[in-house]
Amino acid sequence: MSSVAFQRIIRSGFNNFKRNSWLTVATITVMFLALFVLQGLLIFSVVTRSVIDSLQDKIDISVYFKKGVPEEEILIVQEKLETLEEVRTVEYISENEALARFKTRHSDNPILLESLAELDQNPLQASLNIKARVPEEFASIASFLDQGEYSNSIEKINYFQNKDVIDRLTRIIGSVERGWIILSIVLSAISVMVAFSAIRLAIYTSREEIGIMRLVGGTPSYVRGPYLVEGALFGLVAAIMTILVFYPVSLFIGPKISSVIPEINLSSYYLTNIFQIGGLLIIVGVGLGMLSSLIAIRRYLKV
Amino acid sequence: MEPHIAFEDISKIYSNHVTTVAVEGVNFQIMPGEFISLVGRSGAGKSTLLKLLIAEERPTQGRVFFEGRDIATLDGSQEISSLRRKIGTVFQDFKLLSNKTVFENVAFAMEVAGKNDEEIAEDVPQVLELVGLSDKINNFPHELSGGEKQRVSIARALVHRPGVLVADEPTGNLDPANTFEIIRLLLKINEIGTTVVLATHNKEVINTLDRRVVSLDKGRLVKDDPRGTFIL
Ligand SMILES: Nc1ncnc2c1ncn2[C@@H]1O[C@H](COP(=O)(O)OP(=O)(O)OP(=O)(O)O)[C@@H](O)[C@H]1O
Ligand SMILES: [Mg+2]
Repeated sequence: MSSVAFQRIIRSGFNNFKRNSWLTVATITVMFLALFVLQGLLIFSVVTRSVIDSLQDKIDISVYFKKGVPEEEILIVQEKLETLEEVRTVEYISENEALARFKTRHSDNPILLESLAELDQNPLQASLNIKARVPEEFASIASFLDQGEYSNSIEKINYFQNKDVIDRLTRIIGSVERGWIILSIVLSAISVMVAFSAIRLAIYTSREEIGIMRLVGGTPSYVRGPYLVEGALFGLVAAIMTILVFYPVSLFIGPKISSVIPEINLSSYYLTNIFQIGGLLIIVGVGLGMLSSLIAIRRYLKV
Repeated sequence: MEPHIAFEDISKIYSNHVTTVAVEGVNFQIMPGEFISLVGRSGAGKSTLLKLLIAEERPTQGRVFFEGRDIATLDGSQEISSLRRKIGTVFQDFKLLSNKTVFENVAFAMEVAGKNDEEIAEDVPQVLELVGLSDKINNFPHELSGGEKQRVSIARALVHRPGVLVADEPTGNLDPANTFEIIRLLLKINEIGTTVVLATHNKEVINTLDRRVVSLDKGRLVKDDPRGTFIL
């Protein structure tokens, strides 16, 4: 395509964009709403994901070994655990390590420390601290240990004490995530369809012009060009509006969310990631605009 | 001499919810520089033949040749676009863009063909002069009479300097005075060497033209008269 044609495509794309002002405003508004919903979904997903991750990170199970079990044996158990699919990390805490941690944790309690010093033997047990990849898998890890060949060396597994809490948390996380995914898919699909319809309407109003362009010998790529530019402009303007409007909104609703889940700070998350979010939004907006134009214009290019 | 256009055993059957035989077994040739009229009742298949010529429809059977090339073998939209620049088209309803001036409507056809601004600035006034609209160059379509609108659309059709001008009922929306203005213009265009194909059911037009007339009835060619009159 010659540069004259290219310039003309850009120019008439801008002209289309400016020409029908109420239609332009309506299309941008609809795309803005669609992008706003998409952005909201995206940010909430990232934020809730990080909250869930941090919650999951707090869940672990500890296996306490009987006194006198040799360190080599514990290290063998650790190795075996590490080969399991469902295990993320295994940390070995020796008796001495456990004692040291105990002392730092209770450094403000001299009586406790004193009475500990009076003992001629370390009362604490060696343990393995296990984190699973997903909380559902704690049960199988626990039963692997409970029923395996090392069960005789094991004093207790605290999973069984915390089982209820862990199970409940697992269930909540699972259903929140499932619901969220379904909601996101439905809302994203609706947003995309609404944005597409808006652009299709904009192209529909130009169908006569498109027909005439084809009739006087415009090649499809040339005819399509200005509408792709127009679609891209709709998307770009809507994306910029979304970026600008979301910040005050996050300032407004952020505290309400924080009061329920203190880990989430919406507006500061938004500001720190503004370039990634904004960039993504512009890509999605422009892409959605151009793709919608491309699809919408196809039927008018057939003849 | 090789024919400019040839319809070879052409049939066109539209089949949507109903099946319509629009054209059936039509054969005729058009030589360069001819002025030919297609006549026939409403629904006889005149527009269909013209659509087959500009590749807006594909024949169900037979072949349409333009400058010796079977239109069905045109490769993709690029070649179809270039065919449409070699065949100017004019319609009853003008098909002007209402938000563009006379100049812009004509320039538009050159723009979509990728012509540069200098060519446009030179050619558009020329062709508007040919159709006698030099004084309306900055008017919008709603500021023009029907005859003037049709002259704009003829100017647009001519701006690519096509070998053929196809006019489908170009005077259908015009009063007798404007009708004859347009017919005179078509004759003038024919005199400068352009093949003209006119579809019409206007009896007076045919009778005053005194040129070749191809008569269609229910999709069939019923008469091909070198100096025809309207028979139906
Ligand atoms: N796109 C289409 N789909 C189905 N049938 C069609 C289509 N276009 C035309 N026809 C039918 O084909 C036949 C021929 O139509 P055509 O438009 O060629 O007639 P015409 O001679 O131009 O008539 P008129 O003088 O009214 O313009 C008619 O019966 C018409 O109903
Ligand atoms: Mg017709």
